[in-house]
Amino acid sequence: MHPANKWRRAKRETPIYLKTGLILILALIFVFPIVMTILNSFMSSDEIVANYGMLFDKNTDPWAMPTAPELPWISPSAHFKLIPDLVSVQQYVEILFKSTDYLIKFWNSVFLVLPIVAGQIFIGALAAYGFTRFRGRIAQLIFFSYIILMLMPFQVTLVPNYLVAEWFGLLDNPLSIILPGVFSTFSVFLLTKYMRRIPRDYLEVAQLDGAGHWAIFTQIMLPMCKTALYSLAVLVFIDYWNMVEQPIIFLSDPLKHPLSVFLVKVNEGDIGLAFAASTLYMIPALLMFFHGEQYLVEGITHSGLKG
Amino acid sequence: MTRRNPLRNLPALAKGKLSALWIMLRDKLRRDWPAVLFLTPSMIGTGLFFFIPFILVIGYSLVDNPVMMRFVFLRNYVDLLTNQAYLQAAGNTLLFSLISLPLVVVMSLLLAMLLNGKLKAKSALRSLFLSPLLVPVASVVLVWQVVFSYHGALNSTLSGWTWLVDSGWLPVDWLKSSNARYVIIGLYLWKNLGYNMVLFLAALNNVPSHLTDSARVDGATAWQRFMSITLRFITPTLLFTTIISFINSFKVFRETYLLAGDYPYDVLYMLQHFMNNMFRSLDYQKLSAAAIVMALVMIGIIGALFIVETRSGKDLEDN
Repeated sequence: MHPANKWRRAKRETPIYLKTGLILILALIFVFPIVMTILNSFMSSDEIVANYGMLFDKNTDPWAMPTAPELPWISPSAHFKLIPDLVSVQQYVEILFKSTDYLIKFWNSVFLVLPIVAGQIFIGALAAYGFTRFRGRIAQLIFFSYIILMLMPFQVTLVPNYLVAEWFGLLDNPLSIILPGVFSTFSVFLLTKYMRRIPRDYLEVAQLDGAGHWAIFTQIMLPMCKTALYSLAVLVFIDYWNMVEQPIIFLSDPLKHPLSVFLVKVNEGDIGLAFAASTLYMIPALLMFFHGEQYLVEGITHSGLKG
Repeated sequence: MTRRNPLRNLPALAKGKLSALWIMLRDKLRRDWPAVLFLTPSMIGTGLFFFIPFILVIGYSLVDNPVMMRFVFLRNYVDLLTNQAYLQAAGNTLLFSLISLPLVVVMSLLLAMLLNGKLKAKSALRSLFLSPLLVPVASVVLVWQVVFSYHGALNSTLSGWTWLVDSGWLPVDWLKSSNARYVIIGLYLWKNLGYNMVLFLAALNNVPSHLTDSARVDGATAWQRFMSITLRFITPTLLFTTIISFINSFKVFRETYLLAGDYPYDVLYMLQHFMNNMFRSLDYQKLSAAAIVMALVMIGIIGALFIVETRSGKDLEDN
């Protein structure tokens, strides 16, 4: 390339680079908490306590100026520390092999969330097919009531959920969380919107060929909705992986709590392991992100389209 | 298969209402039974876990207690609406929503417009802004505590600024003072900006570029182009985002609980905290009344937003 051209091009692109740089700084603020948590998980427990131990020191008067606490090696106030003095997997060894609490809670989370994701999508797909093929006045009314239900916050829905759980003796049983989750109408809503965009001709041709509804549903509808199903799986997973409200109300036995709730207690009681436990809990969500980011974006976009 | 006109059955209705009704139902069922089958699992589930018990919730809100079941009409509502804790929780939640809602909508729109311009590594930047949405709040709450605790990083940084300390500034316990509200708003924005940004990016993509381009040629300023073209096209998304953010703002209890626990500082005492206390004391009357008040408020606000949306939609079609 001719040097003059090169110069011209650089001149043209400088503002773009500048703008990109500015936005990048902003974006780095956004990922900072995540990056810091992951990097800190590779510090030894002693280093963590030395850096952050004073945050949860119950003995110090919260209104006193930061002073040297009883243990002289704990720094009086916290500083960001990203790079460990010594890279260590001690925290991970501890939470994975020595103290079983974390793994139990992690599996609690898995066994709560996976059935919800699978069940909600299956039930949702069935109902969405119903709403797509048949649009009588009654179906419209039911669909409308589903949307209203979807828009209701926990402060409304948890009360009826609680009453039912009590009737069936499900309190303190993971089913009290799983079942309402399975029947949540978010996936019905999203999948109905998606299915209604599929041209009717496909389905009618299949019908003329003698395919029944079940065959049309499993062999035409579901394959055509693959993207939507993946998107939904990502969205529902993220939402329930982050759950807090239901476990603290429905599960009085802390042993059954998911890690999302248990982590707070780790933070207070066992800060030396907290960063590794936090990172462990992030991993499935991050994997989903790296694997299915375009599905996530598509799912969000789709939830906003008019159906 | 032709659709039957229900009016055809009118004479029959006059003769034998029941039998005519039965015929109508039978015809409907014959035509629609597959729909009924596909909808059944979902309808049983939502009926059993949401709609039927909700009727019971309405009932509980009108009686003195679940055992005696004496009808007291609105007394539970009066009790609720004069309850100090409830009023504080409702006030805090409302104030939080009112402050954070415009912030999250405007900021995410700005972010989307920034990302919509000419940039390098656009999709990587978008991923960075989306990442907080992915990560469970519990996983990063520690970092927020490191920053905002009394002995945290923010205070120790600010204490290092001599001019600030000289002017009489004292370290603040950010999470145990009225500042906590702003910390939570920050956390909410951090978590939710990405979702809205994606919605806005899709909407901005649909703004026809020939309109903005020709407006530019005609000498319209960026502000004019935004107000008269872009805004027009993204209004439906704007309203949808507002509704979604409004609903999400009631989930901020998560952040609050994880950061400050069951008994947070006054300004962080949210509706869900109140509900949790009522669950703990099994106060069905207050729980039911609170749920119904909340449902009515939600229906009112969302209904209003929907009406605005359909109006603006018509406005766009008329032009």
